[in-house]
Amino acid sequence: MSEAHVTETPDGAPSNDVLIQIIGMHKWYGSFHVLKDINLTVRRGERIVVCGPSGSGKSTMIRCINRLEEHQRGKVIVEGIELSNDLKKIDEVRREVGMVFQQFNLFPHLTVLENCTLGPIWVRKLPKVEAEEIAMRYLERVKIPEQAAKYPGQLSGGQQQRVAIARSLCMSPNVMLFDEPTSALDPEMIKEVLDVMIGLAEDGMTMLVVSHEMGFARRVADRVIFMDEGEIIEQNEPHAFFENPQSDRTKLFLSQILNH
Amino acid sequence: MADATYQPGQHPDLPPPPSTTGVVGWVRNNLLSSPLNIFLTVVSGLLVYFVATSVYEWGFANADFSGASRQDCTSGGACWALINVRFGQFIYGFYPEAQRWRVNLAFVGLVVALWPLLFDNVPARKQLLWYAGAYPIIAFVLLLGGFGLESVETAKFGGFLLTMVIGVTGIAVSLPLGIVLALGRRSDMLFIRTICIGFIEFIRGVPLITLLFVASTLLSFFLPPGTTFNLLLRVLIMVTLFSSAYLAEVVRGGLQAIPVGQREAAESLGLGYWRTMYLIILPQALKISIPGIVNSFIGLFKDTTLVAIIGLLDPLGIGRAALADTKWQGLSSEVYVFVAVLFFIFSFGMSRYSLYLEKKLEVGHAS
Repeated sequence: MSEAHVTETPDGAPSNDVLIQIIGMHKWYGSFHVLKDINLTVRRGERIVVCGPSGSGKSTMIRCINRLEEHQRGKVIVEGIELSNDLKKIDEVRREVGMVFQQFNLFPHLTVLENCTLGPIWVRKLPKVEAEEIAMRYLERVKIPEQAAKYPGQLSGGQQQRVAIARSLCMSPNVMLFDEPTSALDPEMIKEVLDVMIGLAEDGMTMLVVSHEMGFARRVADRVIFMDEGEIIEQNEPHAFFENPQSDRTKLFLSQILNH
Repeated sequence: MADATYQPGQHPDLPPPPSTTGVVGWVRNNLLSSPLNIFLTVVSGLLVYFVATSVYEWGFANADFSGASRQDCTSGGACWALINVRFGQFIYGFYPEAQRWRVNLAFVGLVVALWPLLFDNVPARKQLLWYAGAYPIIAFVLLLGGFGLESVETAKFGGFLLTMVIGVTGIAVSLPLGIVLALGRRSDMLFIRTICIGFIEFIRGVPLITLLFVASTLLSFFLPPGTTFNLLLRVLIMVTLFSSAYLAEVVRGGLQAIPVGQREAAESLGLGYWRTMYLIILPQALKISIPGIVNSFIGLFKDTTLVAIIGLLDPLGIGRAALADTKWQGLSSEVYVFVAVLFFIFSFGMSRYSLYLEKKLEVGHAS
C-alpha cells in the first residue's frame, strides 16, 4: 500500500491535489551518495512524519524541497514549479513553503514581532500595520503574544521555537516543513511546541515533519516514512507502520527508539 | 550571628553581605584584595602621582604660552609659544586666512552631519540624515570653492584640515567598499571571488607608504601627458583602497561568525540574497565587527600622517617645518606632544563611541 502514494501521478503532471512531488531524486555530497532515488508525493492537507537514524538523509530530503540543498538528479516540483537554478523560481517556492529548524534560527537582532513581520513586509510587500496585525494573530495562536516586544535571546527554547513557527505562518505558506523541531528542546518544552503543531495539523495545514516524536506521529500523521542510508525504506499509515513494520531495518529502528 | 534555617522550599532571597557591595566593597575587592594587590595599588598610586605632577609642572606650571621666539621662553618648562604662533598653520595649513571661516563652517557642518548618523534619539533625524547624505557635496564646495566662493587649491590644504579630509573621506568611503569586498570574497561566483581575493591580498601585502609613493609619482607615468590628476585626490584614493582591504577582512571575520542557520532561515522566508544580507546577516556581522572596524578607522586616521613623507603638510609636516625655523631652534617635544594630543582626542573619541555602540546594540544574549 505504500506504493500507492508514489505512483498516483506517474507522468509528473501535477494535479491540483498534489502539492509536492519528488521524482527520482538523487543527491551527493562530493562522492558521498546521500539521497538515492527518492520518490514522494505530498497531497494538499497531508501530514507526513519522516523518521530514521541520524545520517539517513531525512533532513537533507526536506531541505531539498525549498532548495536549501540542491539535488543533482531527478525532479522536485512544488506547487507546479520545478526547482532548478532559476533563482526567481526558488524564491517563488520559498514564499509558499514555511520552514522550522531544529535550532530555531530566529533573528537575534530583531524583536519577536519584527521576526514575524520581516517576511510579510519585505517579501509580501504588506504595509507595516497589516503585517503587525497578522503577526500578532499568529503569536496569539502560538500563545505568546505577550513576548512580542522581547528579543529572541530573552525567551526559552520552547518559546523561541513557537515564535519560529509563527514567523513561518505569517507568510501564509501552503506547506510547512519541520526539521527536527523538538530535538534541541528540554523535555518540559517539547510539549508546548508539539501542541502548537497538533493545532496546525487539526486546521488542515500540509505538514512534512522530520521527527522522532512517535507519539506525535501516531496522533496526527497520515503517513509515516522511514528512511535509512539515503533511501525511503518504508511508508505506511501510522497504525500499520508501528504495529506491523515490514522491513527488518524499520523493525530494528523502532525497537531501538521505542524500548528504552 | 547564626544563620536562620528554613524549611525546604521556604528559603527567601537574602541581600548580599554588606562588605561586597558599595564603595567600600568595591575598594576592598578591586584594590586591597590581597597583599600583592595592596602592594600594586600603592606602587601604581605613587607612579601616577609622580608622572602627573611632572607633566603638570612641565606642561603648565613652568610653561610659556606666548612669545615670538625661543628666547621668550624663560620659565624652563614647555615652550607652547611656538604652537601659539603657528596654531593657524597646524589647523588650516596654508588655507588663505580670509577664507578660514569656510573650514570652520565645514567642520561644524560635519559635526551636525555625524550627529544623526551616530545617535538614534536626535530631533528631526530624518531631515538631518538627508543633510548628512548631501554633506560631502556641501563640504566639497565649501572647501574648494565655487558658487561664488573663491576657489582654493588643494595644494593649500594642510595641517589638521588635511588630516580630517583624508581621514573622514577614507572612513566614509572605505566602509561600504570593505563590506562589498567582504561579501565578494565569500561569493559563490568564482570570478567575483577571485577579483576580491586578489585585490585584498595585493593591497594588504603592500605598505601604505609605497602606495602613496605610487600615487605621488608613478601614476603620472601611466597617465597621458598633460593630464592633471590632483595629488590629494590620488592620495585619497590610495588611502581609501588601503583601508577598504583591511576592513574587508574585519567584516569577513564578522560574517563568518554568523551561524549558517541565519541565512537559511532568511532565505526560506523568500528573502533573496541581497535582502538577506542587508536585513539579517550584515546587521549582525557588523555588530560583532565593531571593535575591529573602529580599530581600522583609528589606524587609518593616524596613518594619514604618512602623507607628510610625500610632501603634503599634515600636522606633522607643519610641525617639522616649524621646528626647522631658526627662531625656535632646539624645540621638539612641544610640537609632537601637541600633535599627539590632537590625534588622541579624535582617536579616543572614536574608541569611546565604539564602546557606546556595542552597549547599545546588546540585546539579550545571542543564541
